[in-house]
Amino acid sequence: MNAAALSDRKAGNIVIHLFFILLSIGIVAPFLLIVSVSLTDEKALAEFGYRFFPSKFSLVAYDFVLQTPGIVLRAYGNTIFITAAGTVLSLLLTSMVAYAISRRDYKWRVPLTVYIFFTMLFSGGLVPFYILMTQYLHLKDSLWAIILPGMLSPFYVLIMKGFMGKIPYELIESAKVDGAGEWRIFFRMILPLSTPALATLGLFIAFNYWNEWFNALLFIDDDRKVPLQLLLVRIMNTLDFLRNNSKYIQSLGLDMSQLPDESMRMALVILVAGPMMFVFPFFQKYFVQGMTVGSLKG
Amino acid sequence: MNQNEAGARIAGIAEAKKGKARRKLLRSGDKELSFLALPAVLYIFVFSYLTMFGVIIAFKNYRYDRGIWGSEWVGLQNFKFFFISEKAFIVTRNTILYNVWFWIVTTFCALLVAVLLNEISRKWSKYYQTVMFLPTFVSWIVIMFLVQMFLDHDNGFVNRLILSMGGERIRWYLEPAYWPFILTLAHLWKSIGFSALVYYAGIVAIDPSYYEAARMDGATRFQMVRKITIPMLAPLITILLIMAIGSMFRGDFGLHYFVSNNSPLLYNTVDIIDTFVYRALAVSGDTSMAAAVGLYQSLVGFVLVVAANYTVRKINEENSLW
Repeated sequence: MNAAALSDRKAGNIVIHLFFILLSIGIVAPFLLIVSVSLTDEKALAEFGYRFFPSKFSLVAYDFVLQTPGIVLRAYGNTIFITAAGTVLSLLLTSMVAYAISRRDYKWRVPLTVYIFFTMLFSGGLVPFYILMTQYLHLKDSLWAIILPGMLSPFYVLIMKGFMGKIPYELIESAKVDGAGEWRIFFRMILPLSTPALATLGLFIAFNYWNEWFNALLFIDDDRKVPLQLLLVRIMNTLDFLRNNSKYIQSLGLDMSQLPDESMRMALVILVAGPMMFVFPFFQKYFVQGMTVGSLKG
Repeated sequence: MNQNEAGARIAGIAEAKKGKARRKLLRSGDKELSFLALPAVLYIFVFSYLTMFGVIIAFKNYRYDRGIWGSEWVGLQNFKFFFISEKAFIVTRNTILYNVWFWIVTTFCALLVAVLLNEISRKWSKYYQTVMFLPTFVSWIVIMFLVQMFLDHDNGFVNRLILSMGGERIRWYLEPAYWPFILTLAHLWKSIGFSALVYYAGIVAIDPSYYEAARMDGATRFQMVRKITIPMLAPLITILLIMAIGSMFRGDFGLHYFVSNNSPLLYNTVDIIDTFVYRALAVSGDTSMAAAVGLYQSLVGFVLVVAANYTVRKINEENSLW
């Protein structure tokens, strides 16, 4: 390569890096804006609007929220319960059925596979689902209304089946020759061997439960059952939020008119959505694996 | 019959017996395996097959106090109501147009980003990827807040910027004209990290000797992208396109519902079948009509998925669903 081409290449690289730096700024900008607003004095917000750097720095909004942490903590509690219970149950349900259909010698393998995957093609839609959940299973205002619907997905079964299908059959065979039953083989041998797949899938499922809002929107009205994402929907309607909290606020001897309304809303968003933003990127690799299978196979 | 032959026969019979016993031993697992599968079978029966059966609500005038059996049959009336209203056309058009448009824009941008990522060092490309991936982890509800930071009428960043330049504030949430653009931007912001990554993975898998040969012949970077990268990615793009066609009748509820802040003046522009069904069910209480629209969506979706899969199978069997 001659010198001119080399310097051309260098110039090209600078342009590419410039492109990505601008793109990165564009992607991060909304996050910066919301953090900045949550850290800005309420009066300064009204005067200067939302800015990328606080026009007048203030922690009052966080003070307010953290003085009455009950609502946020309860929402965290609900979401943690949903995520933990949902992920464990989902993994168990998924891996059990995935193991059965991963076994080539299983008699009902083909009909069962068809039975599972037909549900990917056709669904009854939202209304029958809603009526099943509320009129027949009576799950209105229950955290199970959020846990149950996402518990088993044909995609998850597909991923697990693919992994378990690769476990050498000789292992299972020799365990059987030694007199182990299918349950024993599954729990003592297959599950431990599937740890990598369980971890990947588990993370993906946990992430979905953590960010779940659709079923919460449909089924949860009770204030005590609100998970994080639904809490955010409610915060959007500040009036609602203030009404529900007015007791707290009055008990603190604070004047309602001095409430840092805007900045407080944003501080809440950050306290609700923020922590996971630092956790999720560490597991990016696993998400990619989960999502690639999901999108290519669906 | 000589001894050897007899010996071989006996051994053969013994072998066959052993094989039979062995097969029996291995077969004996069917029942237990079925027990392992049972919870999932029941789950799927309740949550998928029962709700499929529930589509009969679409042909009834469903009343909560009467239940599915007690409500009266009305034939196709619910469908008629929907299809003679202008809403049927609007939400169908919006669902399809947004999907087509999103696919074009996202694919173009993701390809561009993926190609450029491949031009820089792995270290830097990893940093950029991590940043681009951040929005993937954010729910549409949080994005609703982020968008509002920019578009709020009084304090929003954009309106303040317009003011500072001497312009007039825009009532973003009341003006439909801007929303196809805003939704596109929001969609792109959330999905670019993942889409780019899919194509980037495809590019990394291309045999480097093609590029080496091209470089020897003095090809420029642009030529290599046009003559090697894009053609090599064509199968992947095709598969993803067909998959997208398969889900053409389903939209992203969160994007259309939350990002537009569910503002009634924007309905005609941002509404898709999913948001329409939700509102008919949860807000206006047209349960049966919502069921009818849901069934319409499911049926067309079914045809599209089957057709898409059929096409994928013809191209590359490995990527097909069944």
